[in-house]
Amino acid sequence: MSKNTDTLAAGSVAGDLRLVNVTKRFGDFTAVNDLTLTIPQGSFFALLGASGCGKTTTLRMVSGLEEPTAGRVLIGEGDITRLRPYKRPVNTVFQNYALFPHLTVAENIAFGLKRRGVKDVKQPVQDMLDLIELSHIGSRKPNQLSGGQQQRVALGRALINRPRVLLLDEPLGALDLKLRRQMQIELKRIQTEVGLTFVHVTHDQEEAMTMADTIAVMNHGRIEQLGSPTDLYENPKTTFVANFLGQSNLLPGKAVGTVGGDGEHVQVTLDDGTRVLVPSARNCAVGEQIIVGVRPEKMSIHASAAEVPAGRNVLAPGLVTDTSFVGVSTQYLVKAAGSEEIGVFVQNDGAQIFRPGTEVVVSWDPSQGFGLDGRQDIDAGAEADLEAAS
Amino acid sequence: MSAEAATEPAQTAGAVGAVATQAELRADRRVRRRRALLPYLLLAPGIAWLIVFFVVPMWSIISTSVEEGDMDTGFVLTWRWANFGDVWTNWREQIIRSLEYSLMCTLFCLVLALPLAYFIAFKAGRWKNLLMALVIAPFFTSYLIRTLAWKTILADDGWVMHVLTTLHITPLLSGMGWTYSDNSVLQTPFSVVCGMVYNFLPFTVLPIYTAMEKIDPRLHEAGQDLYASAWATFRKVTFPLALPGIVGGTLLTFIPAVGDYTNAVMLGGPKTKVIGTVIEQQMIGTGGNLPYGAALSVMLMLGTLVITLAYIKRAGTEEIV
Repeated sequence: MSKNTDTLAAGSVAGDLRLVNVTKRFGDFTAVNDLTLTIPQGSFFALLGASGCGKTTTLRMVSGLEEPTAGRVLIGEGDITRLRPYKRPVNTVFQNYALFPHLTVAENIAFGLKRRGVKDVKQPVQDMLDLIELSHIGSRKPNQLSGGQQQRVALGRALINRPRVLLLDEPLGALDLKLRRQMQIELKRIQTEVGLTFVHVTHDQEEAMTMADTIAVMNHGRIEQLGSPTDLYENPKTTFVANFLGQSNLLPGKAVGTVGGDGEHVQVTLDDGTRVLVPSARNCAVGEQIIVGVRPEKMSIHASAAEVPAGRNVLAPGLVTDTSFVGVSTQYLVKAAGSEEIGVFVQNDGAQIFRPGTEVVVSWDPSQGFGLDGRQDIDAGAEADLEAAS
Repeated sequence: MSAEAATEPAQTAGAVGAVATQAELRADRRVRRRRALLPYLLLAPGIAWLIVFFVVPMWSIISTSVEEGDMDTGFVLTWRWANFGDVWTNWREQIIRSLEYSLMCTLFCLVLALPLAYFIAFKAGRWKNLLMALVIAPFFTSYLIRTLAWKTILADDGWVMHVLTTLHITPLLSGMGWTYSDNSVLQTPFSVVCGMVYNFLPFTVLPIYTAMEKIDPRLHEAGQDLYASAWATFRKVTFPLALPGIVGGTLLTFIPAVGDYTNAVMLGGPKTKVIGTVIEQQMIGTGGNLPYGAALSVMLMLGTLVITLAYIKRAGTEEIV
């Protein structure tokens, strides 16, 4: 082991993970395009995107398994761009765990410590087994474990080295839904407990939102938007983010002016002539072309225009084309305002349920809408989301 | 299970059914007897094959090894175990030399095969199949012709000799006793082992390649991610996982190499006689003592068996972490 490794691996010197103008090309294909990103120490950071968006390549450049074509990777002030993977204070939880099949659980966990020349590994290994709650099966081989247990061994094997940054590459991808939920909570607990920087790559927006403090949505090798889960969900800045993270009703139109004190709202004429308001503070459109976005759960459905409270944006008339009752809510598809079908999620709090074929009126509070630049592809991210979900 | 099935109709059919039950039970017993026989019937061809081609020759060679007599009057089974003592005294040198050559051959094959198999399994990409075909390609030519070709390759005026002389390796070889002069490598242990390594290399490469090919390349990435250099990853991950292939490959090389005498005859000289040469002489050549040939064969077989078992036991229980 070189001195370099020891000083870098030594622990709690303050250090954010920074990627500076990082580009990675494979032949003609640009996987990561001029990416600049700072991940604060101790945060749980998620790189979210569809397959092929460059998120895994980004991760591999941090771990050293891939070398950037251009740009630098730094931890604190230390430049690790050209450092060999085994000399980096970074560990990875691989997608399919990549546990060593010839070693027991305890030996797998001890692997990193032994390679770094730690003599007495018994106690740390035992502590790690306790943390991942597998003390009773430390002497088993990986192929005798369930998926969830293997996942925890992979986590423990990386975590025991106390890396400056822990990378998780779709760590829950191979688990079934119930176990995934459980592991999400557990991962979050462990991260809080050990206080290390976690960088988590996933295509599952729900997983990212559940665990991460900060999410970077990636598309075509670039970061579309970066922010807290609430921020991304409430204020998407692009159609890609609006469609990829949750669902959005996107209605194209033209901005015709502002209303209210200090131009509080932008007035928009939708393509069918309906006039709606969008809060100026939540409008990203710069030109006249605008796309008005509203989340389905923020919309209401009414039997007639007379029932709509004053001051709301209204789409009428609408025709219910599909009703699905999912327990906590009823999800409607409504054809209205000459647009594509609009999704409306209504809480099941005793409200009337409308059958398909019923004529209805859809409304929302102007403050709940957001405005996007109208020159984008309105369906961006929608297919990616479907692909990722399958 | 079948007994239950037989009593069931008895209960439903009442008194009349009791007679039928007796008949059914008998039929049932017949079926069961036939079923018990079935595995042996299926094994019969294999057992017959083993008897004809293994047990009979085995018995023939063992019984011959304790016979007495000569070519003119014939050999009689007298249980003369002293044959074994005789051959050990007479040809101890050749027996030990055989072991030496085959151990050297196995060692060199392993040293060559490990990087070769590693490269083909992990680095060759789309050339994988072509390279494997090249490893096997020599088998398309006769063993004898291939071995003869090495006579030309290692000839005194050949390019190998030229390179060895230029690099001043020839004095080194003769210094170690692998060759007898600085001007020639033929008819020496060196040339014999060269031929053996060449001929047996595919047997070492194939099982090692097969074992390595099954290793998930992501384990290498995991190793590197966990502070193991490429060499450490090889020692701690690749090697232990390829161990079954390594054991298989070295055995497939060592066992036939012990008995091989083609290389010793064609590339060697009077000083490189191996046990195979002696057996051939005694059995079908000028030696004319069948019991001695047989005793040597049995000795060779037992020796190889003991070494192999010891090796497997050692490799199998070895602490590989």
